[in-house]
Amino acid sequence: MAETKLSLKARRSPLTSEREQIRILSRTDRCSPFEERMRQAGFDPLYATGISVFQMNLGKLCNQTCRHCHVDAAPDRREVMTQETAARCIEALAQTDIPTVDITGGAPELNPQFRWIVAQARALGRQVIDRCNLSVLLLPSQSDLAPFLAGHRVEIIASLPYYRSAQTDAQRGEGIFEKSIAALRLLNQIGYGVEGSGLILNLVHNPVGAFLPPKQKAIEGQFRRELEHRYGIVFNHLYTITNMPISRFLEFLIETGNLESYMERLVNAFNPAAAAGVMCRYTLSVGWDGTLYDCDFNQMLNLPVSDLTPRHISDFNPAALVHRRIVTGNHCYGCTAGAGSSCGGAVT
Amino acid sequence: MESYYHPGDLGKFAEMGKGNKELWEKFIGYYNAVFAEGALTEREKALIALAVSHAVQCPYCIDAYTQACLEKGSNVEEMTEAVHVACAIRGGASLVHGLQMRNVAHKLSM
Repeated sequence: MAETKLSLKARRSPLTSEREQIRILSRTDRCSPFEERMRQAGFDPLYATGISVFQMNLGKLCNQTCRHCHVDAAPDRREVMTQETAARCIEALAQTDIPTVDITGGAPELNPQFRWIVAQARALGRQVIDRCNLSVLLLPSQSDLAPFLAGHRVEIIASLPYYRSAQTDAQRGEGIFEKSIAALRLLNQIGYGVEGSGLILNLVHNPVGAFLPPKQKAIEGQFRRELEHRYGIVFNHLYTITNMPISRFLEFLIETGNLESYMERLVNAFNPAAAAGVMCRYTLSVGWDGTLYDCDFNQMLNLPVSDLTPRHISDFNPAALVHRRIVTGNHCYGCTAGAGSSCGGAVT
Repeated sequence: MESYYHPGDLGKFAEMGKGNKELWEKFIGYYNAVFAEGALTEREKALIALAVSHAVQCPYCIDAYTQACLEKGSNVEEMTEAVHVACAIRGGASLVHGLQMRNVAHKLSM
């Protein structure tokens, strides 16, 4: 698998256009429209059931360029949430009792607002999740990041697609596995993932290719055995997340001739129980520029929340958003396949 | 190019139920029970199936169980070893019959 070192945007790929991605997904001939499949399952229209997760995407800047990245994040991206937008987010959060703030990116820690956001959200008494790529913890500029996260009792959800280097490096870049292991050891040393510490370290497994993830419980057991045996690393839980057929993973599917068969796999594995529990029903996702979305994937396809609701954090109105109609498309098959997929892992 | 095997036919496997629904349902019920988690994990069973697929040289089975192994969390190194197990048994089966050859040759020879 060839390594990708630049974002789609830097390479001026046609897939930089969200509209082009949606066009490609809508023309796959083995894929009936998602809305039609949801209607058959009794979930069209799909409505939010509440907001229990306030997800903030702090931008597209990242120190890695992973081949499956749905954000098209990379070191060459410059879009990051400003101080003003971050402040609007915290003001909005304070109007609600949403219990969880889920911070993502890019590498969210590279945004200068990251630590302020964490501190403010924690001061409001909210659980804070940092979606961490692990290698960021080893950057010289982030040498105090791990103690900062521990000091604020931030839950870490860290990406590690596999417990062996070949697979991890194929997805995330040469040498990333070794750095990930070093970062996990660092986190374990300060108590993350260690029983009784209260410092939660969860891992994320994405398939390294065009196939569905294993059963979460089964692969968690494999990871636990292998990471402990090979590297002495411990963690709390492992989440499986299906690769979404958008952005750089879509590029991979097209380049390798896997798009049609992958979409067919997702469609054939449609699970009504997973459809009932999709994360967009309880998540509000805020983009780096303050635009509101139903999820991080819709964010990357430039599909904001329904136009019947406020669409920017500066117009935040929880009452209007709490039972909003969810915007869907064929990419949503990624969340309803098999055991289902969400930022918190399998749905069923 | 014309081919005896068509990859798309794997997805039509259930059409075999049209000729005899009762036998198909008995087969598929048994099949699903075999591959369910038991004393062996689903992952282990998929690796066995992959090895057997190569032994019986069924292209549909190879496609299906390559994907199944990956989706159960196995890696290509493990899957390659499984194929070598099939290879060793197939090769060993030929070779052990060499004793039959030796016995017959011994009986016929002066």
